[in-house]
Amino acid sequence: MTGGVAPRAPQSILTKKKMMMTPQSEADLCDAVRQAEGPLAIRGGGTRLTGQAGELLSVAGLSGITLYDPGALTMVAQAGTPLAEIEAALASENQRLAFEPMDHRALLSTVGAPSIGGIFAANISGPRRVQVGAARDFLLGVRYVDGMGQAIKNGGRVMKNVTGYDLVKLMAGSWGTLGVLSEVSFKVLPRPETEATLRFAVDGAGSAVQLLSAALGAPYEVSGAGYDPAQGAALLRIEGFADSVAYRAGKLSTLLAAAGAVDLVDDPAKSALLWAALRDVAPFRDALGDVWRISCKPSQAPELTARLEAEALLFDWGGGLIWALVPEGCDMRARGGAYDGHATLMRAAPETRARLGMFQPQPAPLAAIEAGLRAKFDPRGIFNPGLMG
Amino acid sequence: MQMPLPDAGVLARKDRLVARLSQVLPPVALIDDPAETRAYECDALTAYRCAPMLAVLPSSTQEVSDVLRICHEEGVPVVPRGSGTSLAGGALPTADSVILGVARMNAVLETDYDNRIIRVQTGRTNLSVTGAVEEESFFYAPDPSSQLACAIAGNIAMNSGGAHCLKYGVTTNNLMGVTLVQMDGTVIELGGAHLDAGGLDLLGVICGSEGQLGVVTEATLRILRKPEGALPVLMGFDESEVAGACVSDIIKAGVLPVAIEFMDRPCIRATEAFAHAGYPDCEALLIIEVEGSDPEIAHQLSLIKEIAARHHPVELREAADEDEAGRIWLGRKSAFGAMGQINDYMCLDGTIPVSSLPMVLRRIGEMSKEFGLDVGNVFHAGDGNMHPLILFDANKPGDLEICEAFGAEILKLCVEVGGCLTGEHGVGVEKRDLMLFQYDLVDLEAQLTVKDVFDPAWLLNPAKVFPLEVTETRRARPMAAA
Repeated sequence: MTGGVAPRAPQSILTKKKMMMTPQSEADLCDAVRQAEGPLAIRGGGTRLTGQAGELLSVAGLSGITLYDPGALTMVAQAGTPLAEIEAALASENQRLAFEPMDHRALLSTVGAPSIGGIFAANISGPRRVQVGAARDFLLGVRYVDGMGQAIKNGGRVMKNVTGYDLVKLMAGSWGTLGVLSEVSFKVLPRPETEATLRFAVDGAGSAVQLLSAALGAPYEVSGAGYDPAQGAALLRIEGFADSVAYRAGKLSTLLAAAGAVDLVDDPAKSALLWAALRDVAPFRDALGDVWRISCKPSQAPELTARLEAEALLFDWGGGLIWALVPEGCDMRARGGAYDGHATLMRAAPETRARLGMFQPQPAPLAAIEAGLRAKFDPRGIFNPGLMG
Repeated sequence: MQMPLPDAGVLARKDRLVARLSQVLPPVALIDDPAETRAYECDALTAYRCAPMLAVLPSSTQEVSDVLRICHEEGVPVVPRGSGTSLAGGALPTADSVILGVARMNAVLETDYDNRIIRVQTGRTNLSVTGAVEEESFFYAPDPSSQLACAIAGNIAMNSGGAHCLKYGVTTNNLMGVTLVQMDGTVIELGGAHLDAGGLDLLGVICGSEGQLGVVTEATLRILRKPEGALPVLMGFDESEVAGACVSDIIKAGVLPVAIEFMDRPCIRATEAFAHAGYPDCEALLIIEVEGSDPEIAHQLSLIKEIAARHHPVELREAADEDEAGRIWLGRKSAFGAMGQINDYMCLDGTIPVSSLPMVLRRIGEMSKEFGLDVGNVFHAGDGNMHPLILFDANKPGDLEICEAFGAEILKLCVEVGGCLTGEHGVGVEKRDLMLFQYDLVDLEAQLTVKDVFDPAWLLNPAKVFPLEVTETRRARPMAAA
């Protein structure tokens, strides 16, 4: 993909550290893209994606909350706004990002501050995805700069909008390969009064996923459903008004009593720590090896994980999300065989990443459509080239 | 309204097309008699009509693929059709087009409660999806008003919403996978029973693309367990502004009702005359529904009543049981029918930030006087999706045009305050020519390139969504008045 790229400017050859462009406005960003002579490595907070070829183009200079309307449950922010700033503003109105974005820093040994643009560009969702939806479900509107350096808007800042094609979804999860986000507007939700976690002692992925499915299929609004085989513990989270949380915890304990011994973590702070650890894949933090992230049909998770021969596993989304820690260089797509879903290589040495690719290759007709879209949005192929196909 | 002039070459190829299609479809699925194709001349936007050249009613993905491949080879435009309930003219044919109806494809292919999904053919109606799983106490959440009749195919094409979106989202938030047939006949699978399809979010682009990127023949939908119970509360206010402020305060307080519906005085009066729901005669009425177990419902309602009390409602009525709940909903559910009894009406669908509700309602009232047409407002207040109903007389020359001009002004206002032209009905032909109020040419061009990729010959659902002058070079067809 890098063939035919113009030679780098002399100063960037002299400095060991890569030069980084940090435009301070959307107009500057347009100029930077228009004037680019080769591949660009698009960067939000730099906590998720490293090692991309090309000149670094950071949106950190586009920062700040543009509009916050708590009564309408919406916020608009420039793409480079740090997540921490967003969360602080939301907390002051007792609201939050309900899709609970994961913090990748510890797992990937990255530094920096996650940005709101990066979160949406990578469609980063945490355990609550199983109840409320993914980051992409909360993204209401975008402004982005395409490969020709044009600023484009799509969507808006209202919750229901079917005016024209939904390019908002297309930008979410495109990892900067179709355009550089400059501004995002998104839906936020009230922060619940309290939360609690039910922890069941279970033996094996089969019974764990069965328990999680039963809980998610019950009318008690479970907002997290995970399983940590190392602890032999299946976790269910319940959030809401205090009485309601107590009521639903009681109902779920009774419903699932046969599945295993249960203990209730009703201290909200302790409960929150459990889910932050699952969200951020904390158990794999200091372990050596590659980390894979697999999305699958929950009921297939037990058999699929048995085939993976992983050193460690974590289950989220009721079994629909599997984190696998495996020896360096192993190909989980080959080992996983046939199932409904796909595997993403989240942490690996550069050579493994080059060999296997971060994202699972798409079937030919889909790959053709994606290539067609890339050719339209980024005709010069300069945005994170090769990352997604 | 302008529509492209029918392509004489295409019309001349009708016999050959019929011959080719009859090789892949049974006789019952191929309609070429002008007396019968007339049944497809319009959808629920009845102001515009045009019979198609042919209509086909395939019964499988394979037949859809065969039909599209043949039409592609023959250069014939295809207009996909679900149940024909579009209020935006999303299924309006052109005279040289083939209507592709999915009505015969209505099977449930798989129900899977462990994974909380159902897979259906897309001709199945919205309500019958819930019907297929309610024995197990599950339901499919998006619930457009037309849910008894509307098809999942149309729901996906228009990204339909409903009254309960505030909590459960719209179609795109409940759609997990599709089988899509491209215009050249290629069949592709997007997403499925797993969350977050791999690669680019093509599923997200297909949903809401108004049948212009492909024909969706099968869909994997998220199903949810029904809540233990639900109850509405009704409250009336002397001023719309106060009702709007009440909605905003409830949301800010951290209560997330499953629905917040709003009706203004003209709508309340029409509804009362029609359905006798016993609504108070007041300026603005809210119906707020919460879900959960009995104690949970009681707790949420007590919080809502406490907030409402600060806004001095003229009436606050609770439902003690399902019967009373039904009566509270009766008027709201009859509102469109009630307005239709009085007059012809045009139903708009602009969405605005909830905080702009009072100002927008006031402006609509002023405009109603300026244009000399009455308007009633009934809408989903929780998400800002307005449904102003402009009353006009279709038999009075010029009234429709005034109504359309009035509607356009309301939609411009929605965009000005930070909203959009359409929240859940789609652009279709109805709002096609207003798109430049919301988007610049460069924004539209980005959308057009997506169509270029999926349907390079621009044959699928022609003359919808985008202003004709913007798509002229791509369509390369002459124009004529419809």
